[in-house]
Amino acid sequence: MDPLLLLQQTLNGLQLGVMLFLMAAGLTLIFGIMDFINLAHGAFYMLGAYLAAWLAGLFDAFVPSVAVALLLTAIVGFLVELVVARELYRRDHLYQVLATFGLVLFFDELVKLLFGPQPIFLEPPPWLEGQVELFGAPYPVVRLAIIATGLASAVFLWWLIARTRLGMLIRAGADNREMVQALGVDIATLFALVFALGAAFAALAGAMAGTIVAVRIGMGEEILILTFVVVVVGGIGSIRGAFVGALLVGLVDTWGRALLPGLLGLVFERSVADAAGAALAPMAIYVLMALVLAFRPQGLLPARG
Amino acid sequence: MPRLRELAPLQTLALALFFGFLVAAPLAEEWLLKLATRMAIFAMAAAALDLALGVGGMVSFGHAAFLGLGAYVVGIAFVHGFEGSTLAGFEPPADIWRQMLIAMLAASAFALVTGWVSLRTRGVAFIMITLAFAQMLYWFFVSLRRYQGEDGIALWNRSQGLFVDLEPQPNFHLFAVLCLLLFTLLALRLYHSRFGRVLRAARDNERRVSALGFPIVRFRLVAYGISAAATAVAGVLLANATWFVGPSYLSWPVSGQLIVMVVLGGMGTIFGPMLGAALFVLLEQFLPDLLDLLEPGAGEHWKLVLGPLLVLLALRLRRGLFPALARGRPGAGAVLPEVDRG
Repeated sequence: MDPLLLLQQTLNGLQLGVMLFLMAAGLTLIFGIMDFINLAHGAFYMLGAYLAAWLAGLFDAFVPSVAVALLLTAIVGFLVELVVARELYRRDHLYQVLATFGLVLFFDELVKLLFGPQPIFLEPPPWLEGQVELFGAPYPVVRLAIIATGLASAVFLWWLIARTRLGMLIRAGADNREMVQALGVDIATLFALVFALGAAFAALAGAMAGTIVAVRIGMGEEILILTFVVVVVGGIGSIRGAFVGALLVGLVDTWGRALLPGLLGLVFERSVADAAGAALAPMAIYVLMALVLAFRPQGLLPARG
Repeated sequence: MPRLRELAPLQTLALALFFGFLVAAPLAEEWLLKLATRMAIFAMAAAALDLALGVGGMVSFGHAAFLGLGAYVVGIAFVHGFEGSTLAGFEPPADIWRQMLIAMLAASAFALVTGWVSLRTRGVAFIMITLAFAQMLYWFFVSLRRYQGEDGIALWNRSQGLFVDLEPQPNFHLFAVLCLLLFTLLALRLYHSRFGRVLRAARDNERRVSALGFPIVRFRLVAYGISAAATAVAGVLLANATWFVGPSYLSWPVSGQLIVMVVLGGMGTIFGPMLGAALFVLLEQFLPDLLDLLEPGAGEHWKLVLGPLLVLLALRLRRGLFPALARGRPGAGAVLPEVDRG
């Protein structure tokens, strides 16, 4: 195996991993505090990507466009919490699935109506174009920027959760909702804020994805299911778990796709190995999930309590 | 699922109308007959999901995988029959009975393996894991170029019947209805058996049932396998009904639709999800037309209406259609208590 190719694939895996972390962080907070399953979290990712691409096309200003897209998606998230999610916290998970499944259908169709069925593109700004040399191998600047933004967001989130009053309330709410409420904290508003924050993080992940792949309908659901795998692997409700799980899933998925055909080629004929590798590589992360569940059903780093 | 003699009058009427329509459908026009076939097939799939979801208390968001597995048994057999080739030395059967048998074996094997892992968790995690495993199978078939990958397989003929020719639509339709009836009888037996009682008791109060010494996970695993096998049979029928097999059958919205059918009809009642499936198929067929009447061209975006409709359903619905038909007759419709999640 070419070490430079391995380095590139590792960086690609990291880049997928940080995007997954941005998705998983919001989702796992919502699980942790309110025990709410939100299928529409992928819709926030898609909305973020579409809004960023649309605004960037209109105003030719990349960073402000992404910022406004985040804000708009956060507002959508806030409204979704207010109108739908809030009514369903105390109901069975099944009804949460049903309602948020309805939201996914709605948002997918809404985006199709507003932006058309064709994929659109988010052009990265000139200062993110081109490649840099890493140990003699060229690597796109935009992907490095995604990794950096993702890591910075992770640090920000850690600061928010571990070092601020809001974060303290979020952690307390996850541990014991009734007690926090009894102490006079408006848990409904707190949760609406967490929902909006989660939506903004999902939108950021979507906008980042938009700079390297086409922005299209259905992109949200694909990443949502990967995010579920991340959350299950990391441990439900745990931010640390989400971080470790996201990097693990990102790396295993990318390595699997890059290396599996080659590894199988050691045993089988070239054509057989390529076909089998292509069919089996997408399954690697699910095998990872099954293995984790078989040995640690609560996930790698479960939330305390 | 009430015994037949325990049905409330309105429930009897609804079931008589449903099965009467299915049996009489061959007299109707071609498009209506096809609609009826679709109803029968999805009624079976939804009722099969209800065995796991409503009766067993396992919220599976991955039943499309079993539907798709059943369909692919037909598709793969067609490809090999067409080429005259073999699969690992075997000739995949062209007759529907053996295809159903293989579909049931494959689906229950997949269900037992994934179920063993999934059932180690509860609640939200179970939902996510079943969804993830279904998606795994989806990607597997998308990348399986040997069987047309993403494009899917267009069938040129249906599976062979044993005594009847399944090519004419009326024959095939009645065969599908027969399968649905047989499944209904089987489900009735299962629901009221000791096995079914333990399952329902464990759904309602897990701690008590396990204190009585029942190995709950094993009961659930078996129920999951049976549910998967029955869904796969519906998949075999679906492939034959649409003349097409593709990964889209395993896609996650299909799992969502099956859940909608179950909840709409009333989960845990088996009969209810059948009616829920019929309603959903009607909605799928006529909602676009209805919207086009209101605003030409609006029908194309019917999911813009369906989505909020589902949200409304989730917010307002407590029991589903079938239990509501038994109003005033306690015991006639199984009522699932809201799980205490405080």
